[in-house]
Amino acid sequence: MDSADTDWDGVRLHVVTGKGGTGKTTVAAALALALASGGHKVLLVEVEGRQGIAQIFDLPPLPYEERRIAVAPSGGDVYALAIDPEEAMLEYMEMFYGMRRAGRALTKMGVVDFATTVAPGFRDVLVTGKTTEAVRRRGKDGKRVYDAVVLDAPPTGRITRFLNVTQEVAGLAKVGPIKNHSDLVHGVVKSPETAVHFVTLLEEMPVQETLDGIAEVRTAGLATGGIFINMVRESLLPQATLDAAAQGRFDIGDLALGLKSAGLADGADATSLAEGLAEEIVEHARRTELEQQERESLGEAALPRYELPLLTDGVDLAGLYELAESIRTQGAA
Amino acid sequence: MKKPAVLDIDAILDDRGTRIIVCCGAGGVGKTTTAAALGLRAAERGRCVVVLTVDPARRLAQSMGLTELDNTPRLISESDGGGQLFAMMLDMKRTFDEIIEAHADPERARQILSNPFYQSLSSSFSGTQEYMAMEKLGQLRRSNEWDLIIVDTPPSRSALDFLDAPERLGRFLDGRFIRLLTAPAKAGGRSAFRLLNAGFGIVAGAMTKLLGAQVLTDLQTFVSALDAVFGGFRQRAELTYKLLQAPGTAFVVVAAPERDAMREASYFVERLAEERMPLAGLVVNRVHESPAATLSGVRSAAAAEDLAAKGEHELTAAVLRLHTGRMQLAAREHREQEHFVSAHPTVPVAQVAAMAEDVHDLEGLRRIGELLANAPG
Ligand SMILES: Nc1ncnc2c1ncn2[C@@H]1O[C@H](COP(=O)(O)OP(=O)(O)O)[C@@H](O)[C@H]1O
Ligand SMILES: Nc1ncnc2c1ncn2[C@@H]1O[C@H](COP(=O)(O)OP(=O)(O)O)[C@@H](O)[C@H]1O
Ligand SMILES: [Mg+2]
Ligand SMILES: [Mg+2]
Repeated sequence: MDSADTDWDGVRLHVVTGKGGTGKTTVAAALALALASGGHKVLLVEVEGRQGIAQIFDLPPLPYEERRIAVAPSGGDVYALAIDPEEAMLEYMEMFYGMRRAGRALTKMGVVDFATTVAPGFRDVLVTGKTTEAVRRRGKDGKRVYDAVVLDAPPTGRITRFLNVTQEVAGLAKVGPIKNHSDLVHGVVKSPETAVHFVTLLEEMPVQETLDGIAEVRTAGLATGGIFINMVRESLLPQATLDAAAQGRFDIGDLALGLKSAGLADGADATSLAEGLAEEIVEHARRTELEQQERESLGEAALPRYELPLLTDGVDLAGLYELAESIRTQGAA
Repeated sequence: MKKPAVLDIDAILDDRGTRIIVCCGAGGVGKTTTAAALGLRAAERGRCVVVLTVDPARRLAQSMGLTELDNTPRLISESDGGGQLFAMMLDMKRTFDEIIEAHADPERARQILSNPFYQSLSSSFSGTQEYMAMEKLGQLRRSNEWDLIIVDTPPSRSALDFLDAPERLGRFLDGRFIRLLTAPAKAGGRSAFRLLNAGFGIVAGAMTKLLGAQVLTDLQTFVSALDAVFGGFRQRAELTYKLLQAPGTAFVVVAAPERDAMREASYFVERLAEERMPLAGLVVNRVHESPAATLSGVRSAAAAEDLAAKGEHELTAAVLRLHTGRMQLAAREHREQEHFVSAHPTVPVAQVAAMAEDVHDLEGLRRIGELLANAPG
């Protein structure tokens, strides 16, 4: 084990949320790899039934079973689990009540399906129940089985309801084991061992959603984690050039000379090509400026921020390790 | 790329026979923006339009004065030609409540509305939003106050949800468990458990043990009350579905030039054909073109390296690298569109360039409208 301090030492449940499509699954997977690296054991959990983990690690669909799916850089293992609420329910009834037969009957008659459909709170409590059980689980040696659990969670709009199970279930089940169970989940989720991370892009809607989500999570008394700014484009131009270009100022003459020197165009052709390119630069500069404004908006939340690069060829396994490395060097894991 | 047919937006907007336009597509591609832009353009071409939006970006909603979720259309703008643009934001819970109130006697309505299962279903069933969007569309159409209704569809991951959700809710309400729960009511209100088989006894026992007795009672009250209401509801959903197949309806499928979104658009186009729902065409939104497209990415990259090797014109080299990236992006977007076009060669397509900024006012919507109509202003 390495002893380097990270920003989230002491956190065992990392909940990763964000607006749909911003890269929750990708970031959760990279974070799991980063946390595992250096000889740790990490469980990556998904709950939306999309088999996103299998896809990203290029594996066949995952069963409802914890299995090792990847080895982290410099040792360490990532396990994965795709939680199916119905299976979680059966397991739970058998484990605590020895009611396997009743559980099967409930499933067969469509009760579980029914209950989890009308009342997503039930579904959530089963899913978070399984997740927090993995967080609390101890081996024969009395130590926790997993050093960390990373949850690829529902999107920002649903995250507070999802984590605030006690409240969601309270209206439906006022007494009984489900209620007790949800209290247990609540204990883990509200403890300092849990942190909710947000994934965003430097665009208006995801940033707005992130800020709203952070406020909501805080109001609910849950601990916020970091902000992972995903798909960040590197800027190739000097800041002074960008600043001028954002105001519409860009020296075409100089550019035309450069184009000529590179043997791309000459005379009037060089000028017209330079004009086209200048237009491109101005647009790029404006977007960079807007992105900077979004960065500043995110600053209002006063949370640690990490930037992950846009991988131009999409996310493959190598790309995932690259993101994990970036997460580590920035101190998030 | 094989040239697709051009989507003639103005012809569709100007055709008085067009009564409903549905904007659908994967999440985040620009459905809401497209719906609002089409609405504005139609109004400025003289039509009386209402846009039913589901989740406008906050600044767009503010600039249109849609700050309250009140389920009533607001006048947004009027044009010289007599056209008017109204817009409203869907309040799904309220729409659901209103259906209950309209279909059940006051006592029963009260029972349903205060039931915890109803509250959960009406605010968070994944599909309620789609169902209620359909319901609201039906209501607007029946009111006959507008000659064009433009519907934005809910922000689900999959575009197909819009078509599937109502049926799913219907199927769900016809499910076996629901029938079991409602059986006693139909048999004259005797106790549920005596009438039913042993299987149900086990189930009821387990549920009571797990959730407490109150839950089962709540559930039964909810289901039997809802059952009385839903016959009419299902029928209405079927009518709305028929409306979507009518000749006055035009589906506009929106996609971003990315793999997942284009694939989603493909599925949707095929599904519309199966359902015999009229497709107007595909809008490819947020397309990146280069104003210096004569310089290929490959040449640009080579020239940048050449300059770097010579150690001169550092800035030009950086500009060329940036241009290379831009050309690569444009090429990728082209390929994604090509797949769609070769699979659906007859579907008309319109392209809308990516703006440098988000679209959050009428000016921005007007600009998008011009691009949609391929009529740069
Ligand atoms: N840093 C990145 N660079 C390039 N592509 C990315 C990056 N992060 C995510 N993606 C891509 O974006 C898409 C959405 O990512 P995903 O993790 O599935 O998002 P979510 O789980 O939030 O819906 C996927 O196609 C993924 O490969
Ligand atoms: N052509 C465009 N150029 C730039 N930004 C756009 C364009 N179309 C949409 N947007 C922006 O993208 C975001 C998502 O658009 P929206 O219409 O809300 O998508 P959807 O309704 O499909 O989820 C909004 O912030 C919107 O302003
Ligand atoms: Mg995901
Ligand atoms: Mg929308």
